[in-house]
Formats: sequence, C-alpha cells, structure tokens
Amino acid sequence: MSAAGPIPVRVAAIETVSPFIKTFTLEPLDGGLLPAFSGGSHVVVTMQGRDKNHRNPYSLMSSPYERRFYQISVRREDDGRGGSKFLHGNVRVGDELAVSPPANLFAVNELGRRHILIAGGIGITPFLSQLYELRAQGSDYALHYAYRRADDTAFLDRLTAEHGERAHFYESSQGHYVEPGRILADQPLGTHVYVCGPEGLIDTVVTRARRLGWPESHIHAEEFAAPPSGKPFTVVLDKSGDELEIGPDDTVLDVLEDNGYAPDCSCRGGVCGECETAVIAGEIEHHDDYLSEEVKREHSRMMICVSRAASERVVLDL
Amino acid sequence: MSEQATVAAPRVKPVETFRGDFTYSNSPEAIRRFPFPFHRDDYMYSVNIEPHDGTPPGSAYAPAFDIDEHYLSEMAERRTVLEEDPKRCQVLPYMMEAQWDTLELMMTSLAADYPEHFSLTCDGDTWTWENRLLDIRDTFTFKDADTLPLEPFEYITRQVQGDFTLHGQRNDMLYMDGGMVTCQADWSLDFDLGMNFYEWHGPVPRAHEMGVFERALKYLLTLKVGSPVRRLNWTMTVNPRMDTSPENYDKWGIDRATITPDNVGELAHLRVELQSLWRLPRSNAILFSIRCYLISMEELATVPKWARRLHRVLRDLPEDLADYKGFIGFRPTVLDYLARYDDGAATSPGGAPD
Ligand code: HEM
Ligand code: FES
Repeated sequence: MSAAGPIPVRVAAIETVSPFIKTFTLEPLDGGLLPAFSGGSHVVVTMQGRDKNHRNPYSLMSSPYERRFYQISVRREDDGRGGSKFLHGNVRVGDELAVSPPANLFAVNELGRRHILIAGGIGITPFLSQLYELRAQGSDYALHYAYRRADDTAFLDRLTAEHGERAHFYESSQGHYVEPGRILADQPLGTHVYVCGPEGLIDTVVTRARRLGWPESHIHAEEFAAPPSGKPFTVVLDKSGDELEIGPDDTVLDVLEDNGYAPDCSCRGGVCGECETAVIAGEIEHHDDYLSEEVKREHSRMMICVSRAASERVVLDL
Repeated sequence: MSEQATVAAPRVKPVETFRGDFTYSNSPEAIRRFPFPFHRDDYMYSVNIEPHDGTPPGSAYAPAFDIDEHYLSEMAERRTVLEEDPKRCQVLPYMMEAQWDTLELMMTSLAADYPEHFSLTCDGDTWTWENRLLDIRDTFTFKDADTLPLEPFEYITRQVQGDFTLHGQRNDMLYMDGGMVTCQADWSLDFDLGMNFYEWHGPVPRAHEMGVFERALKYLLTLKVGSPVRRLNWTMTVNPRMDTSPENYDKWGIDRATITPDNVGELAHLRVELQSLWRLPRSNAILFSIRCYLISMEELATVPKWARRLHRVLRDLPEDLADYKGFIGFRPTVLDYLARYDDGAATSPGGAPD
C-alpha cells in the first residue's frame, strides 16, 4: 500500500454557470471509483500550466454518495494566483488534471441539534455536498444563500427543488441582503452555524455569533488544508557541496530523497522532530510545530519536511 | 497493497490460549517478524509517527492490518472476552457511517493483502464476504445493518486481530466514541468512552508536559483519507495474557508477584502495540487500530541484538515510566536475566534483527 498521492482525473464535462463561474466534472482516469468523502471536503487540484504548475483547493460539491466523479465549481479570480484563470481559460473537456485525496476541515458536527448554513456567492459549494448528508440523515437545517444576481447561479432551482422551505435566498441586486444578526438571534441552544463566502460575510457571521454568546465550538468557517508552498529557493549541502533547487510545491525532504539522500525523518508533517537540521546560513520560513519560538527566531535549525527558506539560498549542515 | 504484502498466506496455528494454561508461543518465523520497537539503546516518549505506507515489504508493518499465525487464537480469545463482558464493544449511536467505513476498509484491505484467506465480491450494494479462516460466508446489503448478523463494526472487528477505537472529530478535538477493546494494556473503553484526546491520555506521565499530545493531536486532525500513519507503543506483561484490562485486574494483577529468576524468561513478555490511524472517508471519523504482539524474554533472546538492546532500554528507563507501565516491581529480575545477553557490544541502528 502506498501513501495516497494525487489521483489522475479527466475533465468529463464543463458547464458554464455564469460569466464568472464554471462547474467541472472530473472522472478518474483509470475508470474506477474515486475515494468516498464527507460533506464539506475539499481537494487540491494540480494543473500543469506552460510555465508553472497551479495548485488550488476547491470544495467538492457533488454528492458524497457518488464515487464515479467529483464536481467542483470555480469562480474566475483575475487577481488570484492564476489557478482559477487557468481552469477557466485553458482547460477543455478531455484534459487531464490531478486531485489530492479529499480532506475535510469543514465537517458538519454530527451531534449538532440544528444547523444554519450561510453562503455567499461561490461559497455555496461546500454546502452543496453537506446538504446531501443533512437531508439523508433527516437533520434539522436551514440554508441562507446570498448572491448578487439570479443569473449568476444555476444552483437556485436545484436548491429549491431539493430543500424547499429550508432554503432562503437573498439577491443583492434586488435589494435583498442576508442579515446574519437576525438569523442567529432566535436559534435554539445547541444550534451550529457554518459560513462560507467572501471575507466580509464570514467576519459578520462570526462576530455576530460571538456577540450573541455562541460558543466557539458552534461557529464554523471554511478552512482549506493547503500544503505549505511558496517561492522557489536553493539548498546548499555543506558537506557534499551539492546545490539543489526547491520548487514552489516541493519540500526539501522530498528533493533530498529524489537526489539519493536519506535524511532522518518520520512523520513528514513537522511534529516528530526527526528531520531537524542545523542551518549554517540563510533565513527560514518555519511551518513546523516542533521547534521552540526561540530557536525559530534564531534561524539556526530547520524541519526540512515542511519548512522553507525565506532567503534565496540556505546552507544546511548535511 | 497486494503486490507488496509478501505474507500473502501466513501459516495460521490451531487455537492456543492467552489465559489458564497459556499455551501461546511464537514460531521462529513469528519471532523474526516481531515489531521490535526500539531503534536505539534508550527510550523516551516522542511523537513517533510515520506513514503507514506498506513498507518494509514482508514485515509486520507492511499489510494494512497484519494477520499472523495467532489469528485463530486471538479471535477465539476475543469471543471469550465478549461473552463475559459485552461492554468491551460499544459504539455511540451517531457513528453508523463510521461503522460502515470501518467494515469497508477492513474487508477491502484484507481481501487485497490476503487473497487466499479473505475475499470480497461487490455487485452494486450487494456484497459477499468470505473469511476462509473462520469459515464465514455472508451476503449482505452495504449500509443496511439488518442484513448482517451483528452491527457492522462488531461484525468485522470480531474477524480482525487487534483492538480498535473510533473517534469523531469536532471542535479541533478527537473523542472516543466507540471501540472493540479486548486485548488492552490496562485501560478501559467503558471508562474512556466519550472522553477527548487529552482526557483519555490523562494518566500518562511526562508526555503532556513535553508537548507530545498537543503535537500528536494537531497532526491527527489533518490526517487524510488514504494516507494512514502508524506508531509503536510498548510495555511488559506477565504471561502471554492478551486481556490485561482494569475490568479483570483481580485476575492478572497478582501475576506480577509470581516472577522468579527461574521462570522470568518464560513468564515476562515484551508487549508491543503496532498502532495505525486511518481517516475514514464518509464519516470523517478516525479509526485507531492497536495490534498487540507478545514475545517472551526467552524468545526475544534468540535475537542477540534485541536482548542486548532491551537490557539497556529497561535498565535506563526512568522510574516514573516503569511505574506507569506497571513493571517496576519485577524490573530487577528481568534485568538480571537480560544482563547475561548483554556483552556490551555496539548495536546497529533500527529495530530489525542483524
Ligand atoms: C486516536 C488515537 C489514540 C488513542 C485512541 C490513544 C489511546 C491511548 C490510551 C487508551 C492510552 C492509555 C492511557 C491510560 O493509561 O489509561 C494511551 C497511552 C499513550 N498514548 Fe495514546 N492514543 C492515541 C494516539 C496517540 C498518539 C498519536 C500518540 C503519539 C505520541 C500517543 C501517545 C501515547 C503515549 C506515549 C502513551 C503512554 C503509553 C505507555 O507508556 O505505555 N497516543 N493512548
Ligand atoms: S519528519 Fe517529523 S518533523 Fe520532519
């Protein structure tokens, strides 16, 4: 059994939902079944661009009970890192991409008595997969979905058909705005609120809920488990004199192993301490949970499984 | 999974006992593949987690769930324990999805790793499971609990070696929300049920202050489907007794006083837990597997490196750890026994025999 790497997928369909939003249907390249997942999960999509690879996390919006394909919806962000522009502009039906196994940092609390989902715009996507579960389990829930214009979204009919009175819509171009304060004010004890959308909406919901005295454990905002990536840099190995280039999505540990080195390591996730390496020169961008704050400030040590260089070059005692 | 697991059809012994006359023993092959937990000559708690990735081929670590020569004995022992105390298997009602996740993971893994012993045929939601070692053949509807003789979690964990616990993840915390626990090292599912990660680790000395649990929890919260991890834990047990539970303390606590220089090689056992952790796909719960291996000092001493190293580890283990692990009383007797095998020679790195 090998640790699950990226899963090769083929773009089976692209649906233009609005001028800004496209829905992509992704099928496994080997024709088999994709990993099952839970509502609220996301995958990291890897796209091979001409000059660089893009890696963006997207929520899975298809049914968790469907394993023949995944669906994601992507809003074109012109000022983003380029992944969404690439998906909109360069990806065609039949193209191959890769997705990470699903991860979930936005799961429905299964012991919650009532669930309020508040979505803004494209932030509806994680809720689409959660709603399958909430409905199947017969849970008590309500969806509040705010968007700019009705023609901006193709999800309305489906949501109305499947969730009837439980779905509430707010079209801002028609002067309808979601009012989190009012929604949250008269909820029974034990209700959970989930929010996904623009930062402003998340802030409002979280602040309102706190002000009303909701416990932190009942307030949920979407998070992605983005692997640390960043600027490329050069690692110089002091003992051998070797110089290795570390790309934006590589780890120092992986590159060392690819080049025939076998540094000590165990967890590969910045917690066990095995891969601690002395730094001779250079500045470190620490991503681990192992080194003390004091050591981190000194830039004298580095956990090579997760941390990166803040400088262009770093000299390691290897 | 299938190509790498070279133990495709382990020889399985007839039933031996873990109580009463204690007929359990390890064959020479079982000794060679024992997961000896010490990579160095000393030991201290750490966040000793690594990917559970099918390596090294042929070892006890390679299969998703290791099946070995003690399979029939351990499954018989589990039945006995459950007959006496059904509370050893409990799952909170909300965890039905996690129960099915567990059943699917175990059936697909066993069928892939041990095709001669287990097979699974899926025709849509109609599944046929065959366990030739226990002579079980059942056809059932996936996700319809009424079509199985027991709830899915109990059904499948009565057929897999090791204890298992189920953990819901809420509020950046893991909770003990279910388990099948019949071969544990002095802790109780019934007592821990519903506790959170820090609470059920409450009795462990030092590790809280060292930040071990904080870092371990943080890591587990982001555990991903399809990328399981593992770690080793260990203690010492008198007699090859699987069920050293608080519930039955009156039956085994006194064993410790029976150790003498004459019988220590036979009675004192190193108890190793190969623990693996799995994110379950549909429930987002975590399955924790605690696979227990027992080896007597006599058996262990057939590997010179292990006897040397265990002598040093036990000799230098801090008092509070030896006390917590429950062998501080008979440690001197074990040390005297092992000292005979420790000639002071250097030991090679890693846990494998030389
Ligand atoms: C969900 C996963 C886990 C479960 C269910 C679990 C459960 C337990 C239990 C029941 C005990 C016995 C406590 C007692 O004395 O009552 C224990 C001990 C311990 N656990 Fe965990 N554990 C888990 C994960 C971990 C991880 C990831 C680590 C990583 C460092 C860890 C480190 C320890 C240590 C060091 C001890 C003391 C063992 C000894 O000295 O014998 N546990 N665990
Ligand atoms: S390998 Fe564990 S901290 Fe780097």
